[in-house]
Amino acid sequence: MKHSLMSAAVLMTLAATAHAAPLKISCGAVGQELELCKQSVAEWSKKTGNDVQVVSTPNDSNERLALYQQILGSGSDKIDVFQIDVVWPGILANHLLDLKPYTNGAEKQHFAGIISNNTIGSRLLAMPWFTDAGVLYYRKDLLAKHKQPVPKTWEELTASAKKIQDAERAAGNDKMWGYVWQGRAYEGLTCDALEWVVSYKGGTIIDAASGKPTINNPQAVKALTTAAGWVGTITPKAVLNYGEEEARGVFQAGNAVFMRNWPYAWALAQKPDSVVKDKVGVVALPKGGADGRNAATLGGWQLAVSKYSKNQKLAAELVAYLTSSSVQKMRAINGAYNPTIAALYRDPDVLKANPFFGELYNTFTSAVGRPSSVSAARYNQVSNQFWNATHDVLSGKSDAKTSLAQLDAQLKRLAPQGFSGAK
Amino acid sequence: MSSSTLTAPMPAAGALSSLQRSRQRMAWLLVLPSVLVLFAIAGLPLARTFFMSFTDAQLSDLSARQFVGLANYLGDTGVLNDPQWWGAVRNTLWFALLSVSLETLFGLGIALMLNHPSPLKALLRAAVLVPWAIPTVVSAKMWTWMLHDQFGVINAMLLSAGLIDAPLAWTADPDLAFATIVMVDVWKTTPFMALLILAALQMVPGDCYEAARVDGVPAWSVFLNITLPLITPAVLVAMIFRTLDALRVFDLIYVMTSNSRSTKSMSVYVREQLIDFQLAGYGSAAATLLFLLIALITLCYMALARRRMEGH
Repeated sequence: MKHSLMSAAVLMTLAATAHAAPLKISCGAVGQELELCKQSVAEWSKKTGNDVQVVSTPNDSNERLALYQQILGSGSDKIDVFQIDVVWPGILANHLLDLKPYTNGAEKQHFAGIISNNTIGSRLLAMPWFTDAGVLYYRKDLLAKHKQPVPKTWEELTASAKKIQDAERAAGNDKMWGYVWQGRAYEGLTCDALEWVVSYKGGTIIDAASGKPTINNPQAVKALTTAAGWVGTITPKAVLNYGEEEARGVFQAGNAVFMRNWPYAWALAQKPDSVVKDKVGVVALPKGGADGRNAATLGGWQLAVSKYSKNQKLAAELVAYLTSSSVQKMRAINGAYNPTIAALYRDPDVLKANPFFGELYNTFTSAVGRPSSVSAARYNQVSNQFWNATHDVLSGKSDAKTSLAQLDAQLKRLAPQGFSGAK
Repeated sequence: MSSSTLTAPMPAAGALSSLQRSRQRMAWLLVLPSVLVLFAIAGLPLARTFFMSFTDAQLSDLSARQFVGLANYLGDTGVLNDPQWWGAVRNTLWFALLSVSLETLFGLGIALMLNHPSPLKALLRAAVLVPWAIPTVVSAKMWTWMLHDQFGVINAMLLSAGLIDAPLAWTADPDLAFATIVMVDVWKTTPFMALLILAALQMVPGDCYEAARVDGVPAWSVFLNITLPLITPAVLVAMIFRTLDALRVFDLIYVMTSNSRSTKSMSVYVREQLIDFQLAGYGSAAATLLFLLIALITLCYMALARRRMEGH
């Protein structure tokens, strides 16, 4: 009796939600990200009278992608609005709706680089929600103490890091390291390594126009050789298994002079209990040599609408609201999520909450995309081959020249005619 | 298998009484559910994987597949021509060989110690089981933190004992990562071995030892000539279990060293192809090879074990 009552109750709830919630959105998984999303969604519901259900998905982005692929692959309408990573439009292209007819040109406000990343063929598959780019964190106090300038090139960084590390260790601080970053064999290494290669003007792995691999070139060899030289000298060897949080752990414990990370680490380094509070500066990542360029890999998340949604127009309206200037401003102030709208970087309220946004503006606008649009559904394979080739160089199992030649052969094996993007 | 065990003791079919026939029917009816369940949960998925391995299916759209014959296995881009697959095979076989041998040795040692009467026996037996009781993902995470190069307790202990000058990057250094994985696996599964061997030790009849004591046989000889031969069958069964487990190893490696090539096992390779790359056809081919390899090793192992036992 009790059971039948319970199942009846469950059924009724299900029926009620199915009836009352025409839209389901997946955004964030835990903590502040989820709360902020729920807040904005609730505001939209109140304004338009449409109920929206926020669906939880895994926090790990690889797992989340696998789940999305499963849902979309089966043509299911379980989720209408998806929060997708900046490298996923190519992978998910066949399942996403073209948002152009619904945006009324709103995409023109957003950074052009992200919009072109989210556009495949002539279809705008996702609207930018917040952006990310790799930046260099440095210890202002240590640089001043040892009279070192903020490095402009990787060579300067290497020399400064070595000098400060040695001096600090001689002074008894034997846990001090020069530079920490992400060296684990995962997507994060692809981001770091792409920054090195682009900063030495070694291209973006695959040429976006021709679809041919370009990674096997002397500049890329130089970039990877430079990075491999750090491991064991200014960077702990364990960096080969570091993700973002491991690197931040070392830096925030006060044991590193420089760190490469995403902007989120700023808010955490400035927390009251942080030992490096007010001792940290953020600048663009260095150039590769004097004639190189500054390069930051583009990260960040977008909102997309499923092709299988039963309420496509409504879903597109929700996306338009969530990615609008007012919501992005709220998220920037309350959660330090970097807006994708240029004007917000001049907004006094935003700058008051996040003073470094202004200094980083150029870094965000010039961020380099990973070759996800051109390799489309095969991006995961390309990225996996690239990070493994890089990891082999960093761990000393292979030299950059051999490893990149092999990578070139593997990429050509993956796509003998060249990568041609999503159809 | 079930049919032979059911019919073997029966006389020729013509001689069956109606009672025997109805009992036989009953027996079939009773095993039918488990046969059906086995077919549904093991047979069907296996057959589907076999079938998929001959197609070029993508996980994103399984219906749009074409029959490609043996291309996933033998083609230029087939599994058997992928150096990474062979790297994974090598890693897995080494892992199985090293971890199972070490676990058997340590398990035997611990079991012999636990077999001595002691007031603490029950407590010790429970304590030894703790690593086995912790879920693998949890113990893998736990070890990852203990082995952390900057904050890990293992490096701190070794440093303060003066055994090393600089912290070691246990899970990152390609020369150490593999040994680290084997060590954690040995830590986790030695209790399993110890408990199975302990059970075997307790089955050894006490009068054998008494007779040896009366004859003044030295302890080493008692162990070699009485204990070892009597517990060997149980140890072999335990080793088969562990070998099968070790050949499928996934969670430990996935959690501790992620996607690094230097420690990738066959299961990690299969998951990468199937889920990360969405290659349902190619991944199925790799999964099939994994299955065949494990089946082959099991058959060899069982044949060897049987011959050994018959020889005695």
